[in-house]
Amino acid sequence: MNLQFLLDGTLSGAMIGLGAIGITLTYSILRFSNFAHGDLMAWGAYAALVAVGAILGGPVPVLGLSFGLPLIVATLFAMMVASGLALLLDWLLFARLRARGQAIIVVMASFGASMALRNLLEFIFTSSPVYYSSALQIARPIGLGIRITPDQVALLVLTALLVTGMHLYLTRSQRGREMRAYAQNPALARVVGIDVSAVIRTTWIIGASLAAAAGVMVGVLVQVRPLMGLDLLLPMFAAAILGGIGSVPGAVLAGLIIGLSEAAAVQFIGAEWRAAVAFAILMAVLLVRPTGLFGVTER
Amino acid sequence: MIDLIGYFGFFFSTALIFAIITLGLNLQWGLTGLFNVGVAGFVAIGAYTSAILTTPDAADRIGGFGLPILVGWLGAIVLTGAVSAFTGFATLRLKADYLAITTFGVAVVVQLIALNAQGLTGGPFGIAFIPRPFGGLQADPLAFNLVNLAVIATITLLVSLFLGHLSRSPWGRVLRALREDERAAISLGKNARSYRIQAFAVGGAIMGLAGAVQAHFIGFIAPDNYVPTLTFQVWAMLMVGGSGSNRGAILGAILVWAVWVGAGTLSAWVIPGAWQARAASLQIVMIGVLLCIILLWRPQGFFGPRRGRGME
Repeated sequence: MNLQFLLDGTLSGAMIGLGAIGITLTYSILRFSNFAHGDLMAWGAYAALVAVGAILGGPVPVLGLSFGLPLIVATLFAMMVASGLALLLDWLLFARLRARGQAIIVVMASFGASMALRNLLEFIFTSSPVYYSSALQIARPIGLGIRITPDQVALLVLTALLVTGMHLYLTRSQRGREMRAYAQNPALARVVGIDVSAVIRTTWIIGASLAAAAGVMVGVLVQVRPLMGLDLLLPMFAAAILGGIGSVPGAVLAGLIIGLSEAAAVQFIGAEWRAAVAFAILMAVLLVRPTGLFGVTER
Repeated sequence: MIDLIGYFGFFFSTALIFAIITLGLNLQWGLTGLFNVGVAGFVAIGAYTSAILTTPDAADRIGGFGLPILVGWLGAIVLTGAVSAFTGFATLRLKADYLAITTFGVAVVVQLIALNAQGLTGGPFGIAFIPRPFGGLQADPLAFNLVNLAVIATITLLVSLFLGHLSRSPWGRVLRALREDERAAISLGKNARSYRIQAFAVGGAIMGLAGAVQAHFIGFIAPDNYVPTLTFQVWAMLMVGGSGSNRGAILGAILVWAVWVGAGTLSAWVIPGAWQARAASLQIVMIGVLLCIILLWRPQGFFGPRRGRGME
């Protein structure tokens, strides 16, 4: 049996997990499921594409990777663009609707925003896929019949760093503690003098930055196209719910579970049914254990 | 002149099919406050069910039962209603967002089945030769268009009357009570989850019926008809019309469809050929922005009831 699917699943699971962190934080702190999150991902990927192409003059490969310093700088730029976009959307749309107190209206607005953002990308860049680099990667065998490319190693390390950093930030820093406090009890958090607007800003910046990073990774490993975020939206929602809303380690672990299950489905059932896996897992979680792996009982 | 009448017949037929879908969504959202992001999926279930039941026998796929059209429509209502009921059953004891996420998933999976289960749905090529009501009149396009319009208008009217009756009935009052003040309604002994599942199922069944009617009106269906853009158009129609009002849902559907077709025709004239595909995306961007603007500044829509649906 070919075990390559384990690596493929881990990689796509890492990207789903990174995206799901943003969804789970938005849900637990801002209290709505953000249907535009996948589009922040796609916008991040395209921002990096523009930066790599125009500003920095094309990718310069190092160490056998298909990308080099320019793409890393471009990823930082993409994170800023996605964060800016998220803050702009919040200021224009979500914050105003949140103030009216009907959470589901905010969900609907995010759905409208998602359609607009995605089609704006199609308008600007057309729907045909593009790539950061046309460099070929040589996969090296690492035993058990699994082969890995230098890009894949780099992205796995980067994901591990981002997730660890995020976990430490949320558990150790003052702002991280404030975010968790606000998620648990918004009214009490206000009373003890937590700067709510700073908490909301941080939530958007973290969520959008990780989405942009995940978007660039999908771009490096697969391709960049306007629908990339929409295709990952269901797996990301499923990961956030399976992991337990509000739990960052849960989102990442659940992302890996979903990525691996999808890869297994591709291997054993057929690639065309891949997208149904996340739905099957989502339904199972909702019917059996809606709080997810690490979730707390609903407030 | 005859062409023009035929064209308007076609335009209004399409718009009224959208109106039926919007009426279904209005029962789910306008009356009950349930957020369905997978409208396209439920419409597709209805369309495919009816197509499979009524098409003539086909060698390369299951079905082709050649049943009467009305049986197809009934099948569409029953199956879409059942899928909606199950979706509601799985999610309506949880927070509202979970229903939204699940319906989104339903649409993804239905699209996947439509594309890949070739033996059932015909795959990317879809199903053709779906019998059309009064198909004997096809030789005379004008009469055929007008008869079809009359059929669709009658269904729209019946659905609208049925929903009006439902919303005035004790059942409808419970739904409104649940929407306005859930705790009060529960304290009066009303089972919130059960009522919501019922409303979601009836709304879904109406969407399925609309899908079936459309399949028989066009005579051909394919997975491309049931993409998220459809869901989005229907939401725009409901929000423009004003959620909570059946009259608003119908007028909103006609108005948004007119704007959509108008914008498409305009861009076909104005925008050079190479940019046509891009212009189509810009059309969706505009509707998205419109939806957000309505949510921000006119949540009661333009043809809604005098009293808003309590959004403030």
